[in-house]
Amino acid sequence: MSHNISSLGYYLRVFATLLILTAATVGAAFIDFGAFSTPIAMTIAMTKGLLVVLFFMHVWHSKKLTWLFAAAGFLWLVILIGMTFGDIVSRGWQGQPAL
Amino acid sequence: MSSQQTASSAALGKADSVPQDSYISNEYGIKSWLLTLDHKRIAILYLISMTAFFFLGGAFAVAIRLELLTPHGDLMEAETYNKFFTQHGMVMVFFFLLPSIPAVFGNFLLPLMLGAKDLAFPRLNLLSWYIFMIGGILALYAIITGGVDTGWTFYTPYSSTYANSQVMVAGIALFITGFSSILTGLNFLVTIHRMRAPGLTWFRLPLFVWAHYATSVIMLLGTPVLAITILMLALERGFGMGFFDPKLGGDPILFQHLFWFYSHPAVYIMILPAMGVISEVISCFARKRVFGYHFIAFSSMAIAVLGFLVWGHHLFVSGQSAYAGMVFSFLSMVVAIPSAVKVFNWSATLFKGSISLQTPMLYCLGFIGLFTIGGLTGLFLATLSVDVHLHDTYFVVAHFHYVMVGGVVMAYMAAIHFWWPKITGRMYPEMAARFSAIVIFIGFNLTFFPQFLLGYLGMPRRYHVYPDEFQVLNVFSTAGASILGIGYLIPMVYFVWSLWWGKPASSNPWQAKGLEWTIASPPSPHNFEQIPVVTEEAYAYASDAQFVSAFDTDDQAKQSSHV
Repeated sequence: MSHNISSLGYYLRVFATLLILTAATVGAAFIDFGAFSTPIAMTIAMTKGLLVVLFFMHVWHSKKLTWLFAAAGFLWLVILIGMTFGDIVSRGWQGQPAL
Repeated sequence: MSSQQTASSAALGKADSVPQDSYISNEYGIKSWLLTLDHKRIAILYLISMTAFFFLGGAFAVAIRLELLTPHGDLMEAETYNKFFTQHGMVMVFFFLLPSIPAVFGNFLLPLMLGAKDLAFPRLNLLSWYIFMIGGILALYAIITGGVDTGWTFYTPYSSTYANSQVMVAGIALFITGFSSILTGLNFLVTIHRMRAPGLTWFRLPLFVWAHYATSVIMLLGTPVLAITILMLALERGFGMGFFDPKLGGDPILFQHLFWFYSHPAVYIMILPAMGVISEVISCFARKRVFGYHFIAFSSMAIAVLGFLVWGHHLFVSGQSAYAGMVFSFLSMVVAIPSAVKVFNWSATLFKGSISLQTPMLYCLGFIGLFTIGGLTGLFLATLSVDVHLHDTYFVVAHFHYVMVGGVVMAYMAAIHFWWPKITGRMYPEMAARFSAIVIFIGFNLTFFPQFLLGYLGMPRRYHVYPDEFQVLNVFSTAGASILGIGYLIPMVYFVWSLWWGKPASSNPWQAKGLEWTIASPPSPHNFEQIPVVTEEAYAYASDAQFVSAFDTDDQAKQSSHV
């Protein structure tokens, strides 16, 4: 594993970005975006998660194998959410109420 | 001379007594065990604690089978019965089956098979055991202080709203235990990637290592979902946060989706290491290289991935959409393919092999037959229309016991007999072991085969009373359970006996291939005096290899040492 000794300033910049995005999450909660409310909140949350994974967890500076395992984690999340929603969405096709 | 050639020559060496500088005898005292960083000692800690959990879970099974001896609730009330089958499942699944082969044999053998001195993170390894024990003790606390009655699946809304038992404590216990599994998986993955001996390329790895690699991927990617699910259950039960309750805005079967996303692959956490054991044992006692090595290796990886796509077959009658059901049904058929690849390849390995029916091989053959029945009946249940009839009947109980007990426990027994000489430096009594293997095989089938019939006839699971016409088959099942119980007690007796009076084992009593057989039995604390260099493939048995009984080998060695 390649080690990157980053400066304190580097981490503080990432931390500041996370704080700004947290403020964005709170702000977005007070605005009615209609059908876009959830996607907007999720996008902000995913961006924050990516920042933590890439910089605080050092994936950005790691070898391809580490990228592969980190990507596998996301792929598994896609499987979990995708196939669960596959059920929830398709319930409506049988005349039952969907989500 | 390659290290694996050294293995075969070591087989012909003298049967030495248990060395004084082994990992067992180099340090004494309870502290030397509880603070050890040696992967072999940690494996022993797991072995002892999980054996205790196995017999605790077995005790609940005895009570269940006694209750079902008669159609009426003679022995216990419905509520007590609910607690007993829940605790049987919870203890057996989370505290025995899931960690069994990886935590004991994976811990002990992976560094030996890789030519390494330890796992990548020895302290993390010890921490895994402590986390496992904290979870286990908490589960025991839940059992003693009222018990749990939700079923090991903790389905909502019963677990979140109605159950008055120790759901929260048991949930926290499983939450904690999951981290032990995650850390073990992480440790194995890093070890396999980083600590292979020179020359030990990916396709020279023993299939046991491939199986543990695939298992570790599942542990790492699946177990966190169980932790999150339990946390969500606790938040809904304790604080009224709506995840699963429609009144609170939740989805009523979301819990089942999340639970089975982990818990179906969890079956592969149990069975994949078992399959790794079978590949090692069958190759040794057929004196042949495993047929289709690459296919078996890749089928482990295929199971690890495909196993995550099939969980919805547990939800066919839960209200899940029929369209999702069709997709999950199809994918469940697909996941059977890599399992079948393994079974066919093991069978092909036996073809024209020089087969020896030593105890590990008996368990191995038992595994192949019983796992095949368990797997094929799984296809019945993965068929949408058939599952409507069979769901929540004893057919399901029989199916998963054929996989988990007929599969995993048989392989566990094969492993403990195969590697017992390496672990302890002592041979077990072969005749008693063969006898108990046969007793277990008979007892198992007598216990669980009637349950297929009971399920097909419509007897539901999880009831302590049943119609009179089901009694004959239930009596068979209870009689079988008694035989099975005795079958499991016999090895306990002779294994303990062998620690003092068993014949000292040579470094390679089975003349097996693999780095673990090139070092002393039991191994020294640092495993290898020099890092081995591997120059040949796994299972490089000579084409005309004949099996010589370990017991004969030891006798010959003794005679030659007297000359």
